[in-house]
Amino acid sequence: MSNVPAMTDGTVLPDEPSAPRRFLRMLWADKFALAATIILLVVVLMAVFGPALLGDVAQKQNLRGRNAPPFDWERGWLWWMGADSLGRPLLARIIVAARNTITVAAGAVLCSALVGTALGLVAGYASRRVGEAIMRLADVIMSFPSLLLAVIVLYILGPSVANVVVVLAITRIPVYLRTTRAEVLEIRERMFVSAARVMGASSRRIVLRHILPVVLPTLMTIATLDFAYVMLAESALSFLGIGIQPPEITWGLMIAQGKEHLTRAWWLSFWPGLAIILTTLSLNLLSNWMRIALDPTQRWRLEMRGRSNG
Amino acid sequence: MLTFIRKRSVASLISLVGLVILVFFLSRLTGDPTDLYLPIDATDEMRAQFREIYGLNDPLIVQFGHYVGDLVQLDFGESIRKARPAIDVVLEAFVWTLQLAVITMALVTAAAIVVGSLAAFRVGGFFDRVSGVLSLVAASAPDFWIAIVAIVVFAVGLGWLPTSGTGTPWHWILPIAVLFIRPFGLIVQVVRGSMINALSSAYVKTARAKGIKTRKIIFVHALRNAMLPIITVIGDQAASLLNGAVVIETIFGFPGVGKLMIDSILQRDFTVVLASIMVTALAIFVMNLLIDLAYAALDPRIRH
Amino acid sequence: MADHLLEVRNLSVEFHTAGGVVKAVNDVSWHVDRRETLAILGESGSGKSVSTAAILDLIDMPPGRITSGEIRFDGRDLLKLGAAERRDINGRRIAMIFQDPLSHLNPVYNVGWQIVETMTAHGQSRAKAQAEALRLVTRVGIPNPAEALRKYPHEFSGGQRQRLMIAMALAMKPDVIIADEPTTALDVTVQAEVLALLKELQGETGMGVVIITHDLGVVAEIADRVVVMNAGEIVESGTTRDVYHNPRHPYTRKLIGAAPGKGEMHAPLSTAEPVLKVRNVMKTYGTFKALDGVGLDLMAGETLAVVGESGSGKSTLARILLRLDEADAGEALWKGRDLFRMSPVELFVLRRDLQMVFQDPTQSLNPRMTVFQLISEAWVIHPEILPKAQWRRRVADLLAQVGLRPEHANRYPHQFSGGQRQRIAIARALALEPELIICDEAVSALDVSVQAQVIDLLNRLRREMGIAFIFIAHDLPVVRDFADHVMVMRKGRVVEYGTVRQVFEAPRDPYTQALLAAGLDPDPDVQAARRAERLSVRA
Repeated sequence: MSNVPAMTDGTVLPDEPSAPRRFLRMLWADKFALAATIILLVVVLMAVFGPALLGDVAQKQNLRGRNAPPFDWERGWLWWMGADSLGRPLLARIIVAARNTITVAAGAVLCSALVGTALGLVAGYASRRVGEAIMRLADVIMSFPSLLLAVIVLYILGPSVANVVVVLAITRIPVYLRTTRAEVLEIRERMFVSAARVMGASSRRIVLRHILPVVLPTLMTIATLDFAYVMLAESALSFLGIGIQPPEITWGLMIAQGKEHLTRAWWLSFWPGLAIILTTLSLNLLSNWMRIALDPTQRWRLEMRGRSNG
Repeated sequence: MLTFIRKRSVASLISLVGLVILVFFLSRLTGDPTDLYLPIDATDEMRAQFREIYGLNDPLIVQFGHYVGDLVQLDFGESIRKARPAIDVVLEAFVWTLQLAVITMALVTAAAIVVGSLAAFRVGGFFDRVSGVLSLVAASAPDFWIAIVAIVVFAVGLGWLPTSGTGTPWHWILPIAVLFIRPFGLIVQVVRGSMINALSSAYVKTARAKGIKTRKIIFVHALRNAMLPIITVIGDQAASLLNGAVVIETIFGFPGVGKLMIDSILQRDFTVVLASIMVTALAIFVMNLLIDLAYAALDPRIRH
Repeated sequence: MADHLLEVRNLSVEFHTAGGVVKAVNDVSWHVDRRETLAILGESGSGKSVSTAAILDLIDMPPGRITSGEIRFDGRDLLKLGAAERRDINGRRIAMIFQDPLSHLNPVYNVGWQIVETMTAHGQSRAKAQAEALRLVTRVGIPNPAEALRKYPHEFSGGQRQRLMIAMALAMKPDVIIADEPTTALDVTVQAEVLALLKELQGETGMGVVIITHDLGVVAEIADRVVVMNAGEIVESGTTRDVYHNPRHPYTRKLIGAAPGKGEMHAPLSTAEPVLKVRNVMKTYGTFKALDGVGLDLMAGETLAVVGESGSGKSTLARILLRLDEADAGEALWKGRDLFRMSPVELFVLRRDLQMVFQDPTQSLNPRMTVFQLISEAWVIHPEILPKAQWRRRVADLLAQVGLRPEHANRYPHQFSGGQRQRIAIARALALEPELIICDEAVSALDVSVQAQVIDLLNRLRREMGIAFIFIAHDLPVVRDFADHVMVMRKGRVVEYGTVRQVFEAPRDPYTQALLAAGLDPDPDVQAARRAERLSVRA
C-alpha cells in the first residue's frame, strides 16, 4: 500500500454520509451479507409472531397424517415440508420452534458477552494479581465439562428455557473474557491512552471511553459468530436429551425426535437441520461483513464496491 | 524454557485442583447413585450396604478427604457402573478418542493450510470465492445433523459404510469425515486471513525484489510467519476433540471419552467422571506445551 | 538510441483507491548510468517510489495499473517481459535496498539463510553462496561475521540491519542498486556511515545507484544528479549543484527554503527563577540504565531542546516528567513542589499545567473519536475550565488557532493528513491552557515542509501565550531555529548543556561535535567540502 499516494497537507476527505445510510449502502454492496440479513430478519419475524399465529396448529396431532411426506402440494402450505410422527405439520413446527431456538441463543450470547467483557476489562486494566486470578477462573470454566453442567442444572433447577440459557452463558464467558483482556493489554499501551492519562483521565474513563469503543467491534463480530455456535450447542444438548425438554420445541430437539424415524421419514430431521444451517451460515456471513464494515480503515473496500455496482 | 514450563504447570495445576473440587461437590447434587443401581424393591439393608461399599454414608467433606487421600496414591477409585478401576475404564476410552482426534486434526491441518494459502494468494479470485463459501458452510453446519444425513445416505441408502462400531477401518470413515468438517471450515478462514497479512508484509516485497519464485514466497517466506495464529486455532480445535466429540461418538456408537463421560454423568458414576476430567486435562496440558514449543521453533523472537 | 544503463520513459501508473482512481505517477522519465548516482527527491505522497516499484514488478495489479511508458534495460522493455524473465532480473541485475530493514527482513529466518537464498535463487551452488555470504557480511563491516550469519534480524541494531540489507542486495553483483529511503529510520551518525559504505561499494563495482529520499542532505551527500517529484510529476531535474543553487520550479524553491537550521538563533530570556527544576533523575529497566543522573532547569516561557539518538533516554525523561512512568530516584520541582511525590489529587490538578504532544499523531488520537470529542475531553475531565455551553465556540477558536477550520470539528482523525493531525493534537494540549508542553519528537514523522509549518505554529504559541516547551528531537538542525537552550543526551546522561548558540557554534563535548558533523547540510558544496576534509584527515 506504500505505493498509494497519501493525502498532502491541505486536502481533506469530504464529509461522510450519516451512519445508518452508510451501513445500508455497505450492506447493499455485499450481496451475501444482504441475503444473510434478510434470512435473519425472516427468522426473527418467525420467532416473534410464529407461536401466536401457528402455536395451535403446530401442537395439534393428526394420526392419519403421521410421517406424511413433503412436497404434497394438494394439502395446505403448512404441510409442504411433510408432517412428524404425530401428524403435526413440520413447517408450522419449525416456525414456532424458532422462538425458543433464538431466545436461548440470544439470551446466552447477551449474558456471556456482558459478563465476559466486564471481567475482561477488569482483568486487562487492573493489577497483575487480579488479572491472573480472573484468568485462572476462566481456565476452570473452560475445562468444566458443559454436559455435566447441563445435567447438574437440569436436575437441580429443573428443565426450562431460562436454565438452558444459564448453562450456555456460563460456558461461553471465557471467549469474551480472553478476547477482551488480550485487546485491553494491547490497547492500554497505545499512545492515545497515554494522551488521556496526561490529561488526567481516570481509569474508569480510560477503560469505558477509550478502550471499550476500540474493542467493541471485535466483540460484536465474535458475538455474531458465537450466536451460531450457541445455537449449535443448544441443539446438541437438546439432541442428547439434557437441554430443552418436550413439549417445548427447538430445532435441535426436532432433529433428535426425528432420528428414530430416520430410515422411514428422513424429512423429520432434515428440515430443522436445514433451518439451523441457513441461520448459522447467515450469522457467519454477517460476522464477516461486520469485520470489514466496523473497521474505519477497511470500510472503503465495501464503499468502493457499492459505488461501482450501482 | 524450564522456568516457563514450571510456571505453566503451576497455573494448570491450580485450575485443575479448582476444577476437581467443583466437579466433586457439584456432581453429587445430581442425586444418589443408590437408586439407580439397586432394584426398586431393594431393602433398606441392601441400600445401606451399597452405600457402605462406595463410601456414600460419610458426610461429603469426609468423602472428599478419602478421595484426595486415594488420589495422592494414584488410586482414582472404582467405577460403580463397570465395577472396575475408574482409571482403566477412562484410559481405554481415551485411547479411542486420541486416535480419532489425531487422525482428524492431521487431515484438517494439511487440507486447511493448502486451501487457505491458495485462497489468500489471489484474494477475490475464483478459488478464493469457492473455498470461501465452502468453508463458511462447513463451519456453520451442525455436526450431528450431518452425521444423521451421512448415515441415511452412505450407510442406509447406499450401503457403502457401516453405521456404527469400530471393527474395521471402514468404521472410521464416517466419524472422521463428519468431525473433519467444522474444524476445517474454521481453520481455512484463519489460514486465509493470516496468510493475507503475511503476504502483504514488507519481507514478502523483499523476496519479490530478490527474484524468488512465487511458490517459495507463499510456502516458505509467508507461511512460516503466518503459522502462529493458525497453530493457536488448531490447538483450540484439537482440545475440543480431545474432550471427546460427545454427539458424534454417541451417534456412531464410538467408545470414546465423550460417550463415556455422558453415560457416566447420567448414571452418576462420579469416579469415572472425575478420572476422565483429569485425564483429558492432562492431555490438553501436554498438547498446549507442544504448541508452545512449536511457537518457539517457528519464531526465533519467542525463544527467550 | 542513446544507451543508458536503466531508463524510465514516460511512465504513468494509477491506483484504484477509496477516493477513486489516483494517478500515482504521471509521464515520468529518468535514467541512470554506470558509476552514477541519481536521487529521486520528494515528500510523502509525491509518488517518488512508484517508478522503482514498477522496475522491480512490485506493483500489485489491481489496484495498480501501468497506463503508459516503458522501462529500458539491456536494450529491452522490462514491461513487455514475462514474469519468469522479470524474476531472473530481480536481485541478479537490479537489486533493492528498502527503508526500515527490520520489517523488510524475514523475522523467522536467520540472515545467512536470507543472503544465501538470493544467490541460490539465481542458480548458484549452496557451498559457493555460503562462502560469498561470509565475504559480503565481512565487507559491510558486521562484527563476528561467521556468527552473525546464524543470527536473526531482531538481534542486530538498526544500522547493522541496513548493512545486512546492503550485503544481500550486493550478493549477485547487480548492475543497478535501488535504495528506497535507506537511512530514514537511522540515527544521524549511523546514516553517515551507511551512505559512506554505499559510495565505497559503488566505487568498487561500478554499479549505478538510484536513491529515493525526502532529505536534501542525503541528496547533497551522495547524488550526482537529482529529479524532484511533486504530486506524481517530475517538476525539476539536473545536476545536484545546479538544482540546489538555481532552483527553477517554485516547489523546489519551497523545499530548499523549508530545510531547517537556516534561520536566526534565539537569545535566551533573562534568567529568572526556573519553573521546573529537575535533579539527579535515575531510571533503570532491568539492567538497562535509561536515565543516569539527569537534571535540568527550565524558565517560564522558554524552550529547552533535548537532543539525542535512539537509546539516549530522552523519551523516558518525557514520560517520567509526566508521571507516565515512575522515576527510581531524583526530584522534579514544579514551582517548588516535587511532582514525583505528588498525591493523586495534586497530580490531577498538575495535569492542567503540563501537557504533551506525542510523536505520531496517528496513534496519539483515538481513532473512534471526532475532533470535537478529542479536544473537549479536556473539559469533561476538568469541568472547572469551561462551562459546557461554550465548548463548541472554544473548539472552533482552538482549531482556528492551529490553522484548521471550525467545520473540521465533526470529522475523525483518519480524514486528515499527518500534519493536520499533529495540529489537532496541539489544539488538544492547548485546551487545558497549560504552562508547559512537552513535545516528544513531535515533528520527526512529518514532511520537511510540514515540519516547518508546525514549528512556526509552536513558535507563535510561545510568543503569544508564553508557553514553555521541552522539545525532544533526534536531529540538531530542527531545534536550531526554535530552542533557547539545548541539552544533548547520550546513554542516559547529559553530555552537553548550553544556550543554542553555545551548542551549535562552540560544542565542548566530542559527541556533540560528532553529532553536528554527521548532520547533512542541504548544500552540496558544503557537503563536498566536508567530504574532502574527512578524506584529508584519513590520509
